[in-house]
Amino acid sequence: MKTSWRLLLLPVAVFVVAVAVAAVVIALSGSPPLPALAAWWEGAVSAPGALPESLLNTTPLLFTGLAVAVGLLAGQFNIGVEGQLLMGALASAWVGFAVSGLPAPLHALLALLVGALVGGIWGWIPGILKAWRGAHEVITTIMMNHIAIYLTQYLVTKVWKDPNSMSPQTPEALPSAWLPILAEGTRLSVGLLLALATALLLWYLLKRTIWGYELRAVGANAEAARAAGVRVSRMIWGSMALSGAIGGLAGAVEVLGVHHRYYDQFSPGYGFDGIAVALLGNNHPLGVVFAALVFGAMKNGAVYMQSVTVPAVPREITTVVQAVVIFFLAAIRFQRRAG
Amino acid sequence: MGEVFDIELFRSALRLATPLALAAMGGILSERSGVVNIGLEGQMLMGAFVGWAAAVALGSGWLGVLCGVAAGMLLGFLHALLTQRFRADHVVSGMAVNLLSAGLTVFLLRRFFERPPGASGVPNWGLEWLQPIPLLGGLLSNQSPFVMLMLILPFALHALLYHTVWGLRVRAAGESARKSRLAGIGVVAIRYRCVMLSGALAALAGTYLSLSQLNVFTEGMSAGKGFIALAAVIFGRWTPLGATAAALGFGFLDALQQRLQGETLFGVRVPSEVLLSLPYLLTIVALAGLVGRSIPPQDLGKQEEGE
Repeated sequence: MKTSWRLLLLPVAVFVVAVAVAAVVIALSGSPPLPALAAWWEGAVSAPGALPESLLNTTPLLFTGLAVAVGLLAGQFNIGVEGQLLMGALASAWVGFAVSGLPAPLHALLALLVGALVGGIWGWIPGILKAWRGAHEVITTIMMNHIAIYLTQYLVTKVWKDPNSMSPQTPEALPSAWLPILAEGTRLSVGLLLALATALLLWYLLKRTIWGYELRAVGANAEAARAAGVRVSRMIWGSMALSGAIGGLAGAVEVLGVHHRYYDQFSPGYGFDGIAVALLGNNHPLGVVFAALVFGAMKNGAVYMQSVTVPAVPREITTVVQAVVIFFLAAIRFQRRAG
Repeated sequence: MGEVFDIELFRSALRLATPLALAAMGGILSERSGVVNIGLEGQMLMGAFVGWAAAVALGSGWLGVLCGVAAGMLLGFLHALLTQRFRADHVVSGMAVNLLSAGLTVFLLRRFFERPPGASGVPNWGLEWLQPIPLLGGLLSNQSPFVMLMLILPFALHALLYHTVWGLRVRAAGESARKSRLAGIGVVAIRYRCVMLSGALAALAGTYLSLSQLNVFTEGMSAGKGFIALAAVIFGRWTPLGATAAALGFGFLDALQQRLQGETLFGVRVPSEVLLSLPYLLTIVALAGLVGRSIPPQDLGKQEEGE
């Protein structure tokens, strides 16, 4: 009973409270909250075409949530998923437009792999700096985020810029690198299935393999793990590299499945959303699936709510919901252990 | 070449360093007392928004600054409450502060200001009597009062931290909460004060952004400056004077970047992105101890064992 409360009821309760707080904010801003909530729900679930768009919003959040969760399970707080996502996205876009002559599934596969690889390297750097020099990963990943922002900006405005466009974006990827669309008439690609498969694979890796067991042991108590013979520093950079690779994959899937090119500032902060998703999902791969669905639908619904309410209720209210969710979970569950 | 390194470059470096140094002083107070504050960015953003909105509503720049600082203090209180009373992870709580500010400021901006109006800002101080003094006159006359504050505050904070009993207690709380408690120091009370002051200073830096130059708030106005301030804290090894020196250096890089824009430096075309990312790169290098390691206060971010 206690376990099921912690795993299921608590996140649901926290999410409901956070939406209630958002409703209060909406009311205080002078808009009637109930019609806004109704429109929010409608846009997330019941309006025509709402569900596929909600799943489209879920996809990047599922990847970034998994990325953050892997890090946290190993005791590493990877705030750098945003940077890893940007690097992976740009790398996969480059493979998409610069490599030609490959047949369809291979080209896309290669682009995805390169995206994951580059994201993984971007996560491995803070990991190895922590394992090797004790540099705190929170600070180094924040710094790596900003370096990624400027590096991608430089590359997309000055090196790989689409010569036929005024805006800072790469040329369009060749169709052989595009991810196939799942359902006719929607923008939903097989990226969603890749994200779900990643969650399943991660669940298996963490719960059914020795590597996963050691990773969680390091996260639970690094000293005890070291005493038991786990090579802690290898788990630190390994978990950060895996986390970064999943972050890179998030960017690659957005590029290859939705935009078909990289453009500057395409990510509205998916990497940071991942923190809320991981916490709400209790760092459990299947919990993260649930949390990504909830937040993805919420984000999609808010766009609709903004468009039908007068005066418009700005969709940024979703960021407030995420913040409140994190505050509550941080206070109730995510407490730092002594020492 | 001669046109690049003129007095205007250094004046602009001072201006760009000001929000970094002010927020960095906040970061030092919080972190020296043992509380990680990556919420500087959010506190700065909230300060910028509330300061500007209040200045629009009340018609006074200084009242706006006051309101902005109060908002930052409130966010600081929230962070202290979570980390001290509820023993939440400092980084998680700080991220929530950042998200809350990012969401709430844009929500309120879009909801209430279709076209953001200009506010009455905080005017520059003329200080014409400084002008005859070589260099100093050129640098400091007709600058914002915030710039003057940025030059004085680090010395005040240095004196406070290293030459008063209160400062000793703050540093003790950050180095060893347990021993401090045994010595009869109210660690939690000290941390509340330091984190609230930290939020106030970061928000003050924010009001400088929105009330000292264009006097208007734009979405995401802090644009990573809170994180650069954090970098300055680390680069300056958690000392007020060191962090200010780092902030001045980072401000200079930014000024240089804005000045170059396609120009060459010593015959080399330096992309602005390289100069912009240098503060972050240098901080990683400093933190990894590749060139003299930065070591944080010992109990930073830790919770005490059972009450």
